[in-house]
Amino acid sequence: MSVTVKDVEHVAKLARLEFSETEKEVLTHELNEILGYIEKLNELDTTNVEPLSHVIELSNVVRDDVVRQSASAEEMLQNAPDRTEKFFRVPKVIGER
Amino acid sequence: MKFSEAYEPVIGLEVHAQLLTESKAFCGCTTKFGNEPNTNVCPICLGMPGVLPVLNKNVVEFVIRMGLATNCRIAPRSIFARKNYFYPDLPKGYQISQYEEPICTGGYVEIDLEDGTRKKIGLTRIHMEEDAGKSIHDQDAQTLMDINRCGGPLIEIVSEPDVRSPREAYLYLYKIRQIVTYLGICDGNMEEGSLRCDANVSVRKKGETSFGTKTEVKNMNSFRNVERAIEFEMNRQLRMLEDGEAVVQETLLWDADKNAAYPMRSKEEAHDYRYFPDPDLVPVLVDEPWIERVKSNLPEHPTTRRDRFISEYSLPWYDANILCEERGIADFFEAEISHLHKDDGAKQKEKIKLVANWVMTSVLRELGQRKIRIEDFSLPTGRLASMIELQVDGTISSRISKELWDEMLESNEDPKVIIEKKGLAQVSDEGAIEKIVNEVLEKNKLQVEKFLSGSERVFGFFVGEVMKATKGKANPTLVNSILKRRLSETVLSK
Repeated sequence: MSVTVKDVEHVAKLARLEFSETEKEVLTHELNEILGYIEKLNELDTTNVEPLSHVIELSNVVRDDVVRQSASAEEMLQNAPDRTEKFFRVPKVIGER
Repeated sequence: MKFSEAYEPVIGLEVHAQLLTESKAFCGCTTKFGNEPNTNVCPICLGMPGVLPVLNKNVVEFVIRMGLATNCRIAPRSIFARKNYFYPDLPKGYQISQYEEPICTGGYVEIDLEDGTRKKIGLTRIHMEEDAGKSIHDQDAQTLMDINRCGGPLIEIVSEPDVRSPREAYLYLYKIRQIVTYLGICDGNMEEGSLRCDANVSVRKKGETSFGTKTEVKNMNSFRNVERAIEFEMNRQLRMLEDGEAVVQETLLWDADKNAAYPMRSKEEAHDYRYFPDPDLVPVLVDEPWIERVKSNLPEHPTTRRDRFISEYSLPWYDANILCEERGIADFFEAEISHLHKDDGAKQKEKIKLVANWVMTSVLRELGQRKIRIEDFSLPTGRLASMIELQVDGTISSRISKELWDEMLESNEDPKVIIEKKGLAQVSDEGAIEKIVNEVLEKNKLQVEKFLSGSERVFGFFVGEVMKATKGKANPTLVNSILKRRLSETVLSK
């Protein structure tokens, strides 16, 4: 498995990131290095091994359905790059996701 | 044969239901609707770095209820996954959902077709996930975000492609709504978005087993719109095939005002969700005792209840169906039935049917006019039952019961008290009625002549006059028999 510049562009687009051509080259190389390292795992025989979704052996960590006081709107909005008095403001989004 | 008759639509539905929990799925913010924007928000639902979501236990309880009510297998182990997409209504950049190991799989619901048969619609899966926030496009040159709804608990119910007509889609959705509201896990309001439905539509030649290319139709906010949108999309695909064009796999948005669906302007790339198990949320294990406990607390299934109404109360299918449409209505009906005196079979059936009629007409009309739900209907339990008793034992006439009903709603008083106060009791004193009959006949000699010369319609006029004179309180059976007797006596005396 090897990553191409096209793959980097695709993933970047999904994450709404922009890179210069040089950066894309560097990222392609780095991603391939990482994947090459992970590739080593394929040497293991996992025929009878259940896929592992979680490394910690916990289950059913739940809480009761009780309302806790939310943070104040002001506190939550203060980190926003852009806002109105009550809303987060983002670049115009047209269409749907 | 018309082109379209050789084809059939294949429809699968995805329904999202907002769960009626107090707090959100993974944080303690309230799910209350209509609060000031961005006030039901905390670092968790806002996706701040370093926070840890913790699952609301009731979300699991509610989805198990739904799974059991729709004959699903409840997975002993299920996990959450991250569905990654970048959109401002989801500050984390991913939606917590379930992908590879959902909690419910392989169930079905039964719908009642118009020809009286039942059809099973298979369910592929039901899973838990979180809601997104709300974008507002028209208040600013840019887009404004209200994150209040984000992180709210949803279940997604995915059907098999078993639906074969827009009508069946409507009936399926109707049944899903009925079940979630019976279970008390969702308010079922499509207009407000508590219940949302997307449809996957394709068409194929009848008899074929493979599927045609499907499209997904979204943005239908009422039962009627779901039916209309599928109808539209099905016909659009048929026209394309007839013209030799190929259907393109795409997502369409339904525009109710234009009665048409339009392709959504978005990049295909957006559908690359890169699901993976969410490391923040540990597996959910559901054991048999948990399932048994939920099962034992399930309310009666609406379909089972309707069938019981037919067998236990000897009601026609139509009545039982209407009464069981909403759990609150069915509860109201049965509470009134339990207040009836126990009589022998035929009489009891008559009273039950009267209560049913009264609920289906007057009660439902009243709720509609006042725009309230049955839970907010203030009539004390048992009042309708005692009114029916009074009608059946002859204390009041059926005509007066309508007046009594209005009075009962107005004053909230016991029917017996009202009858006393307003003098509404039926007049069954034969002497008194005969006296009035005589007066009516005396006053309307012309009509008597008409009747005697063969115009039988005049009889109704006499009945009306007697009723008018007694303000509707005369026992109609007695009025009829006394009138008949007096008129025939008049003939004899001529």
